[in-house]
Amino acid sequence: MSTLIYTESPLDPKHAVYDATILAGDGWFHPVKKGQTLRIVDLEGNQAADTFFFNAADVKERYSAQDTIREQGSIYLTTGTPLMSNLCNPLLTITADTCGRHDTLGGACAAESNMVRYSLDKRFMHACRDTFLLQMALSGYNVTKRDLAHNINFFMNVPVTPEGGLRFADGVSEPGKYVEMRAEMDVLCLISNCPQLNNPCNAYNPTPIQVLIW
Amino acid sequence: MNTTLYAETLPGGAMWSMRIPRQRRIRLTALDAGANVSALLYNADQPLDRLNVPDTLKALHTAKLTRGHILMSDMGNALASIVEDSLGWHDPLGGHLTAAQALAKYGDHSYQQYRNDFHRNTHNDFLVELSKHGLGLADIVANVNFFSKVAVDDDGKMAFVPDHASAGDSIDLRTEMNLLLVLANCPHPMNPATDYPVCRVQVEIFPSEAPGADDFCRNFRPECGRTLALTERLFI
Repeated sequence: MSTLIYTESPLDPKHAVYDATILAGDGWFHPVKKGQTLRIVDLEGNQAADTFFFNAADVKERYSAQDTIREQGSIYLTTGTPLMSNLCNPLLTITADTCGRHDTLGGACAAESNMVRYSLDKRFMHACRDTFLLQMALSGYNVTKRDLAHNINFFMNVPVTPEGGLRFADGVSEPGKYVEMRAEMDVLCLISNCPQLNNPCNAYNPTPIQVLIW
Repeated sequence: MNTTLYAETLPGGAMWSMRIPRQRRIRLTALDAGANVSALLYNADQPLDRLNVPDTLKALHTAKLTRGHILMSDMGNALASIVEDSLGWHDPLGGHLTAAQALAKYGDHSYQQYRNDFHRNTHNDFLVELSKHGLGLADIVANVNFFSKVAVDDDGKMAFVPDHASAGDSIDLRTEMNLLLVLANCPHPMNPATDYPVCRVQVEIFPSEAPGADDFCRNFRPECGRTLALTERLFI
């Protein structure tokens, strides 16, 4: 595997204006203002933080995985990556990363994709896309399924081989690893703390994450 | 298979969309070398059920598209199966060309100066065609690029592979549901060519059989069988 670059943050959690724990399987939908920094902490290691962003001023503008990876010429997200919108504007920029690599090809788990990937009787298991849909429905942000495209999986490692294969590799995260990003515009951050129990990526044990804002 | 139900040649830059019933075979043929066709797929009966690139790739364990693969929706359904492919690699990663990118790469090539040879771009092509079906920007999700190849190295670096498609290369899709197919015959956004590539692509539609128990795509991976089984539930 390639070398991972780790970047520490100078920010002190004691000075954060917001600090919350998102339990495994729970969701979070919260504004982050332009200039603020959002940190997501993988508290216990190898937990998938499925994350999506909207432009708070116009929710038709939203995170675009394809624009993000093409514009930086690399499929992995890490320090320096601008997280691009579907209109090719930077929503946020990753400013610190002690994990070194994050996935945006794998998308979110869903009841429906669990049926396809694992077996038709997996329909009734909790899944990220249901969390996204519930968070959007409960919010006052006027966003629906139609506004949801595919997300970032912070702390997940999904390498592509030169032959065009997609692998679900062992995680590169550990307890306490974090990723930090500065908002380049007012954004809405939608997180599903992944409840997937069919996949060894989290050792079949979803765990809490922490979110902080400065 | 011998009956051609529809045939049309898309000029370079063209936008195109069509509602195509279940169990038809759509053949796209590159008439010129270096073609790229950006595509979006929707359930014509419920467009919220739409192409989902990550669900497709992770179900198939692939970062390219070729024969045997099934383009899946976010609802676990099979939109279309790739039943034939002369190329072996079509791109699901690179996204699509915007107006700003086309202007920056190829310069101002306006309708006022060039009439119908003006430079179109995929994003605006998608917006126009989607509008004809009551859809719009919110419905532009991650697309696929037929006839293009973007390889990824061990460091994650993405590289567009030039000269991938030759004249005559083709891909056949079998519709597994009533499909809304939206195409933009515009350059791949990572194509390094400095002159706007103008390539013709032929679209043909033929009748097709339903996928039987021994169908190549159905048996390509267990996930393919399951997405076809889910899709068949739409038609009980």
